[in-house]
Amino acid sequence: MVDAGARWAAEEVPGGRVREGVRAYFLIAGMWIRSTMAYRTSFVLMTVTNFATTALDFVAILLMFSRVDALGGYSLQQVAFLYGVSSTTFGLADMVIGSMERLGRRVRDGTLDTLLVRPAPVLAQMAADQFALRRLGRTGQGALVLTWALLRLDIDWTPLRVLLMPVMLVSGCAIFCAVFIAGAAFQFVAQDAAEVQNAFTYGGTTLLQYPPTVFATELLRGVTYVLPLAFVNWLPATYVLGLPYPLGLPEWAAFLSPLVAAGCVGLAGLAWRAGLRSYRSTGS
Amino acid sequence: MDDDFIELDRVEKVFDVRRKTGFLRRERRSVRAVDSLSFTVARGEMVGYIGPNGAGKSTTIKMLTGILTPSGGRLRVAGIDPSRERTRLARRIGVVFGQRTTLWWDLPLIDSYRLAHRMYRIPEVRYRENLDRCVELLELGELLEVPVRQLSLGQRMRGDIAAALLHDPEVLYLDEPTIGLDVISKSKVRGFLRELNAERGTTVLLTTHDLQDIEQLCSRVMVIDHGRLMYDGALAGLHEVGESERTLVVDLERELPPIEAAPARVVRVEGPRQWLAFPAAQSAAELVARIAARYPLLDLSVREPDIEAVIARMYAGGTAQDEAEKAVS
Repeated sequence: MVDAGARWAAEEVPGGRVREGVRAYFLIAGMWIRSTMAYRTSFVLMTVTNFATTALDFVAILLMFSRVDALGGYSLQQVAFLYGVSSTTFGLADMVIGSMERLGRRVRDGTLDTLLVRPAPVLAQMAADQFALRRLGRTGQGALVLTWALLRLDIDWTPLRVLLMPVMLVSGCAIFCAVFIAGAAFQFVAQDAAEVQNAFTYGGTTLLQYPPTVFATELLRGVTYVLPLAFVNWLPATYVLGLPYPLGLPEWAAFLSPLVAAGCVGLAGLAWRAGLRSYRSTGS
Repeated sequence: MDDDFIELDRVEKVFDVRRKTGFLRRERRSVRAVDSLSFTVARGEMVGYIGPNGAGKSTTIKMLTGILTPSGGRLRVAGIDPSRERTRLARRIGVVFGQRTTLWWDLPLIDSYRLAHRMYRIPEVRYRENLDRCVELLELGELLEVPVRQLSLGQRMRGDIAAALLHDPEVLYLDEPTIGLDVISKSKVRGFLRELNAERGTTVLLTTHDLQDIEQLCSRVMVIDHGRLMYDGALAGLHEVGESERTLVVDLERELPPIEAAPARVVRVEGPRQWLAFPAAQSAAELVARIAARYPLLDLSVREPDIEAVIARMYAGGTAQDEAEKAVS
């Protein structure tokens, strides 16, 4: 017999929502990893496939370079550098919260409601949903290409350039995460918008695998000032490589990536809250 | 506070529905899914919440669990405003959606419970006690190591109910807990809920289409239609208010013209078998005696009114009354 007084009452937990969210994320992601391990062979095959299919992107670049010596003024190693940063950061973001693109489906089939009755932030639960370790394939592949590029490139390493490397990787990952969250928030309004989101996420990473110099100025402006994907790798990478950025931005702009990333994550968070609020008032 | 453990005061939920009427033209219309709904449920009560599809049942449950925000009115569960403090409320309620399992499909049943243990931060002792109890009463012992995808529907439902109870919720919401279950599973689930309510004093609110769930579990039933409370009281009273009818199925020796036995009336004839509807309040014995005296009977049976029919008639009665009122004024 449990009466109100004898309740062990786990009320609000010290550390607040963020900590609780992170904790819930790891709990749920752990469950998904165990679920995939129920089919171990399938997991290995999927990881290898993931590695191989994403590697085809790079094969395409290699094929191109068998015909030309430079692409938009960039050598193979320099393109590989861009490719490596883009793939690694996107791969990480995709693994950490990529499953958020399933939100529309959950809204449609009503299973989002089962997340709303649990004592954890919905964003964390949704981000960990269907957590797939096999997505390490893409990150691993990107990291390999990046390592190869770094070994082959003759970069004039200054302390600032060295510092910019980890900053670029972390910020890039955060910017992609923001795109995933904003995309999911949009699916509260338009439940079949997963394809639109893919255009920005998968489309974005493919775009960034190529040198900025091969694209039209309008597009460059768009991904620099509007949807600031250029801060994932183009701007910091041109600084590291000692190349000019086509839009003629000052050199310090390369160091804006963390600020831009923070801004993007903040805006995406607001969009998510607005989306969830609208779901809870309309139920659809 | 124990008398109004769950409290709704003129709660409303209005949805904006947009309908395509042309290529780019849309028509906006508000639908009142829940219309000025007021009721209270005392701690430890077991209440059936019924109504036809689209009556506002799920919307009410969703507001009570904090999934949906009400458009108006006041709503409290255990003193908490569900829409404002969703996660705080989540620790104190249990929810079972009959058609949506929250168990982990590919993992052994026990893994889902271990997750609940950690997610709700249930103290070790409480977790052990609650789990042992659920395992015993819901007969889950041999299922704990079985992946959920291999469980039958009835086993999975029992598993889901256990999962909703490990954190000692003060109130349990069940949405169609017996839907699709066989007779044995139904009776196990009902037996467990009765015991839970009696021993732990857990408040239970359940929606169902199965009259037997209500008959066997709930001392109180609420009927909702078009977002409004049509009835609130004992199940027996529902039959009276709904002017429900029972059915007498009569097998005659041969085909005969429809039996005359007012106030009962023949609603269907199929060869020598006839169906007679008569008011639920009337004695079946007296009717049977009258028919037996005048017709050659082979066999007969009495069917209780089904809840859908009762509700349907109740709603039809409601509109008739509305129109009568309109005509007067």
